[in-house]
Amino acid sequence: MSIENFYILSAFLFCIGFAISATKKNAIVVLMGIELMLNAANINFVAASTFDKGIAGQYFALFVIVVAATEVAVALAIVIKLYKHFNTVDLDKINHLKG
Amino acid sequence: MIDILFYFFAGLAVISSATILLTKNVLYAACALVVTFLSVAALYVLAGAEFLAITQIMIYVGGIVVLLIFGVMLTNKLKGKALVTSSHNPVIGVLVAVILFAGLYYTMDAIDFATVQTATPANNINTLGIGLMTNYILPFEVAAIVLLLGLIGASTIASNKTLDKDK
Repeated sequence: MSIENFYILSAFLFCIGFAISATKKNAIVVLMGIELMLNAANINFVAASTFDKGIAGQYFALFVIVVAATEVAVALAIVIKLYKHFNTVDLDKINHLKG
Repeated sequence: MIDILFYFFAGLAVISSATILLTKNVLYAACALVVTFLSVAALYVLAGAEFLAITQIMIYVGGIVVLLIFGVMLTNKLKGKALVTSSHNPVIGVLVAVILFAGLYYTMDAIDFATVQTATPANNINTLGIGLMTNYILPFEVAAIVLLLGLIGASTIASNKTLDKDK
């Protein structure tokens, strides 16, 4: 279990998350992809902190988790507001700003 | 032994995250997301970050995924049939992701990891707690403000009230 395995796994999860948020039409599944990308970044931080006596990477990962929790709460509020306005969460149909 | 566990949980994370990409059912995607987060928590334990693993389980699995499922529930008219979502430009999206992965892999291949020494501290949680109250006290307090702002902002945005000037 060397450090590069963690890095490769993190890169893979990041790319999967990117593919999800780039291709899916449902806004909530896009949010899932974004969560996956944040998690991949966290794996990188934790893996880097294993050769650091001060474990700075773990503090970073902790704050990333805090920001991810806030982000998903606000994003879901926006999605719910969008659903009330457009009656759909299909991102292809939400295509005009002032309606 | 640890190697076997690492490959097991890494494989689980890869398979379940690929499931999110491949499935059309939104709730299956949410369940696969739970599996991904749990296996990532196991990987944190293997990397010596026990506190983060518990945080991951509590916040991601216990909070974020539940919130996402609430979002699914509130933004669909449930009529007894499965919630499906289709993909937009799947070939190009996956192609870009594969190119991105190839680029990242190529770059990581160039790093010489043999020069880096692995030294996990003996008492992880102790170090983390002391650090949060000393060196990292400012980001810790800012995190509290960010959470409060997120709470107020989310409830304001999602509320039914309109602003006074709109009336």
